[in-house]
Amino acid sequence: MIVLLFLVCFVTFLVFYVFPSADPAQLRAGRHASPAQVEQIRQRMGLDKPLLVQFWDYLKGIVTRADFGYSYVSEQPVSKLVLDRLPATISLAVGGALLWLISGVAIGIVSAVRRHSKLDRFLMGLALIGISAPVYWLGLVALYLFASDIGMLPIASGSNTYQPITSSPSSWFNSLLLPWIVLAISFAAFYSRLLRSNLIEVMGEDYIRTARAKGLSERRVVLHHGVRSAITPIVTVFGLDLGVLLGGALLTEIVFNIPGVGRLAYDSILRADLPMIQATVLLGALFIIVANLVVDVAYAFLDPRVRFE
Amino acid sequence: MSTSPLLDVRDLKVSFRTDDGLVEAVDGISYSLEQGRTLGIVGESGSGKTVSGLTLLGLTGSRRTEISGEALFDGTDLLALDEQQLRKVRGQGIAMIFQDPLSSLHPFYRVGAQIIEAIRAHQKVSKSAARARAIELLGMVGIPDPAGRVDAFPHEFSGGMRQRAMIAMALSNEPRLLIADEPTTALDVTVQAQILELLDRLQQQLGMAMIIITHDLGVVAETADQVAVMYGGRIIEQAESRELFDNPQHPYTWGLLRSVPRIDGGSGERLRPIPGRPPSLIGLPEGCAFAPRCVLANDACLHGRPRLESAGPDSHTAACVVGLDQRAKAWQATQQDLDDSAIKTAAGVSK
Repeated sequence: MIVLLFLVCFVTFLVFYVFPSADPAQLRAGRHASPAQVEQIRQRMGLDKPLLVQFWDYLKGIVTRADFGYSYVSEQPVSKLVLDRLPATISLAVGGALLWLISGVAIGIVSAVRRHSKLDRFLMGLALIGISAPVYWLGLVALYLFASDIGMLPIASGSNTYQPITSSPSSWFNSLLLPWIVLAISFAAFYSRLLRSNLIEVMGEDYIRTARAKGLSERRVVLHHGVRSAITPIVTVFGLDLGVLLGGALLTEIVFNIPGVGRLAYDSILRADLPMIQATVLLGALFIIVANLVVDVAYAFLDPRVRFE
Repeated sequence: MSTSPLLDVRDLKVSFRTDDGLVEAVDGISYSLEQGRTLGIVGESGSGKTVSGLTLLGLTGSRRTEISGEALFDGTDLLALDEQQLRKVRGQGIAMIFQDPLSSLHPFYRVGAQIIEAIRAHQKVSKSAARARAIELLGMVGIPDPAGRVDAFPHEFSGGMRQRAMIAMALSNEPRLLIADEPTTALDVTVQAQILELLDRLQQQLGMAMIIITHDLGVVAETADQVAVMYGGRIIEQAESRELFDNPQHPYTWGLLRSVPRIDGGSGERLRPIPGRPPSLIGLPEGCAFAPRCVLANDACLHGRPRLESAGPDSHTAACVVGLDQRAKAWQATQQDLDDSAIKTAAGVSK
């Protein structure tokens, strides 16, 4: 895990230096700076040292002082900037995840139980649209229809102005409602299709026949025996999806003007702000690695056969 | 013989509509079974024997299934029950165990929990009482250290123990009829014998009736009081077990008997498989379904389905249009292990 993070760190570093447009000193110095000024800035930022020395200094800072450096642009500590942005991203990702998990699973079950019915076809048709529609398009349409300032049916108040939960829980909720829904749609669509096909397969298993032969109600057979098996692969996908999103839900954050980590990373890339890019990439990698770990542990809980292997 | 039978199946037909055509899986079978007795249903795969069992529990129902006939269980027609009423019968009146005990137990739940679930589906008892009962049942089916094993997962059991656990689950509500669908097919031969013994012992202990569905005449010989041989979705011979083995009347039954290895056969003796394949159940030909594979087949076999007719004592019936004495001669020749043309000659069948 540590090795993986180290590699991620190194590759980001390398890519940044190979990248032609990225001379942070030039960017910092402005358009009319003399070569001497640029050189001075370069020295002050330590950019004149060899690549490996810079990398070593950077690592040393992280390991010994938990110091991720200072933003080239704002000159504030990177860790503070990132941590400031984290609550918004977590709010968005976790809320959206709950929404898509619940709706995706519910739709998947209904579709599987009623398969080939009109309801199933309708729901799966919707899901196909949900999967196909890009988030930014859905987001803009949602804003156009429902936002309180420009919307035609202004039912989502404050949907374009993110409020932290600490200032006012109700306006936090209102401001995130549309983003949650928009973010959840494509995931819910994917999950419902996945669960549907899993469940249909599971319902053909011998142990489902056994459950029916015991005299259980069909409801119990489906929920307790069928879904229990069909949901296991979903958990894997869910963990990874959530991990990725916690590293920044870029498109949704941009469309809905949410100051999250994704936006921060995006802005930092535009400004060649290396310490910021490093930190956001590392954070994303960390979430994905942790999510993987959690998924593995969760899997062992869900499938007793895994525990003994 | 005085009381009415526990199970009385009359002209049961089950067919499935598929994209390839109508599959007539069970094509008008009738049998009856009295309390405490065992019926063996024998046949090759695809003969309709499993479907006939599942149908009794209403487990073949779907929009693509057509079922007709009657199946009177204790006087109630199982085929006329709705889902709610069927649920009461399942597990409580009639229980069923299946071929592969690994795939038939839910892999994610503990064995004990699955038995407890079965108990509590029909009896209003506390969890702890159901658990105590589950341990008792596991002990009854011969699982060592049942109190320690009750919390094990199915994959921690051996094949034989899994089938024992399935049996424990099936017996948890003391059913009056147990349907065992190929209960020993997936097991080692030594374990097979143990499971059959166990079923035998439990049957006597609990006084229940049993249907054993199998392709293995050895299993039938060991357990069944009466036998029905199925071919192409129909019963083609039916008799008391002893009578069937002593005096088989249908050429297909002979074929089955001949293809079983015998311990008293010479070491050079070869098994004699029945030539050809079992028929597809889609669009069966008009005549006897076995005719294409039968040594004795003549023109009469190709016209009209033969009916079950009396062929021996104790309501022994067989569905074959070939004359009784011709069959008797052919069976004699068959027992002498002659080849097909010699059998034909002995029976006086022209080519």
